Amino acid sequence: MSIPNKIFTLVLITLILSGLFLFYKLPNNWEYALERRSFKVASMLIVSCCIAYSSLVFQTLTNNKILTPSIMGFEAVYLLFQTLIVFVYGDKTFQVIKNSDNFFISIGLMMLFAFLLFILIFKRGKSNMYFLLLIGLVLGTLFGTVSSFLQLVIDPNEFLIIEGQMFASFNKINTDLFWYALAFMILSFIIGFRQIKNLDVIALGKEAAVNLGLDYDKTVKLYLFIIAVLVAVSTALVGPMTFLGILVTNLTYELFKTYKHSILIPACCLVSCIAVLGGQFIVEQVFNFNTTISIIINFVGGIYFMFLLLKAKKI
Amino acid sequence: MIKIENISKNYSEKIVLDKVSLEIPKGKITSIIGANGAGKSTLLSIISRLLKQNHGSIIIDKKNIEDYKNRILAQHLSILKQSNHLDLKLTVKELVSFGRFPYSQGRLTAEDHEKVDEAIAFLDLKSIENSFVDELSGGQKQRAFLAMVVAQDTEYILLDEPLNNLDMKHSVQIMRTLRKLCKEKGKTIIIVIHEINFAANYSDYIVAMKDGKIRHYDTTKNIINPKVLNDIFDINFEIIEKKEQLFCDYFSALKDIY
Repeated sequence: MSIPNKIFTLVLITLILSGLFLFYKLPNNWEYALERRSFKVASMLIVSCCIAYSSLVFQTLTNNKILTPSIMGFEAVYLLFQTLIVFVYGDKTFQVIKNSDNFFISIGLMMLFAFLLFILIFKRGKSNMYFLLLIGLVLGTLFGTVSSFLQLVIDPNEFLIIEGQMFASFNKINTDLFWYALAFMILSFIIGFRQIKNLDVIALGKEAAVNLGLDYDKTVKLYLFIIAVLVAVSTALVGPMTFLGILVTNLTYELFKTYKHSILIPACCLVSCIAVLGGQFIVEQVFNFNTTISIIINFVGGIYFMFLLLKAKKI
Repeated sequence: MIKIENISKNYSEKIVLDKVSLEIPKGKITSIIGANGAGKSTLLSIISRLLKQNHGSIIIDKKNIEDYKNRILAQHLSILKQSNHLDLKLTVKELVSFGRFPYSQGRLTAEDHEKVDEAIAFLDLKSIENSFVDELSGGQKQRAFLAMVVAQDTEYILLDEPLNNLDMKHSVQIMRTLRKLCKEKGKTIIIVIHEINFAANYSDYIVAMKDGKIRHYDTTKNIINPKVLNDIFDINFEIIEKKEQLFCDYFSALKDIY
């Protein structure tokens, strides 16, 4: 199949899944249900695209296909903040801090963390990606440990509130926040789009990119910033989801044997939308919410990877 | 002309380059030789702005490299490092096309296509131009990367150990190509090289480095001499002259262990 045909097929599957999601078993008072469902589908699409974009670009910047931005510790910052507010306010959390405040403060904190990390690394004149990852990983682990400690000492009932935040869920999406998330995403995509060709060059490695006259540090900084925004938005909207990144990016590389980011990025977004829509549909209709989308996607993804490994062995 | 002025480089306490100054002539092949850790690759990286020096400056065509725009400098000078590991689905032709990035930023013009085809023909890659780079043998891969540099069409070409991991046949192929580039296209080529006999037979000038300093810099004929080589590598050399070609025999050092 040619590349346009593959893209077309993916678009078609995405549309069918969205339609299924919207109209399957629509109750009698369909107007209200349809509005709720539209927002849900739309936010799933946003989160899928944010994760696909940020993971793919992150893998290009690091020249490594088994990493996701979660290694930089954004999600640990998010969870620490969620734990902290419950630790401080207890069961009054939802009266004191509105959902939208939580959303913006979470994004703000994750961005602040990203900024501190970047300043720390780039100020020292060392644009070493792996050093950046190492610091992110260490800080992420530190925050994770602090969160676990706080979760241990709080009231078990209050822990349930945090637990709700620890797993990604599309069932608690706030429609007001949806529009902000959409705006952030579109803005990031537009800014990133102008230099999409530079990503192809960065994929060749740092030395080749510098040789070809690319301002390597500037491009890397720009895209790291975009990644930080996208991860922060998707995490604040539905919770930690970046596990999806490795699966959808590698599926995309497998499906589209190309290096061009102008093809890989939209393709990866579509693959990611299909994975999330399909996974969530199964969670809701087959398992009646008895499982989470993370489990479904990891299960299917794991099987697919074993299939790939076995197939590769034959050659 | 590339003018290297007082370049020093140190990693905290360790001095890698110590006030190195050098002028490299145009249109010639200049080899940099020396033992491991002499600072050869570091010097090459600094000339090509991959690494930042602590002191000193690099002047290319009477202009400091820091005053060049990245893109413009990439039209004057190219560098190929030794490790070219690629985990990308990229064909030879696509890789070579990247050489035109400094000129057209990814949108190839008719002239770019011409240059790409020319580079592919120059390195004899026509038959494998649509193969994926990660499926090529070491020699083919090296030629593909060299073709990218040829397509970049820069006046100065810097190569860091281009013969690394290649057998004799492919080494000769690469060196002949470099000689051809120098002769037919008037390129200035600087290579870091370990195999002394290749340096002796293919280069016009040799820079011999030791302990972060330039110990000797002269025409090939004057460097390929037992005294100089012994000074650089600390082993005994015997120079064999045959049909006006020089060969270095450094195996006489073995005699005492047999």
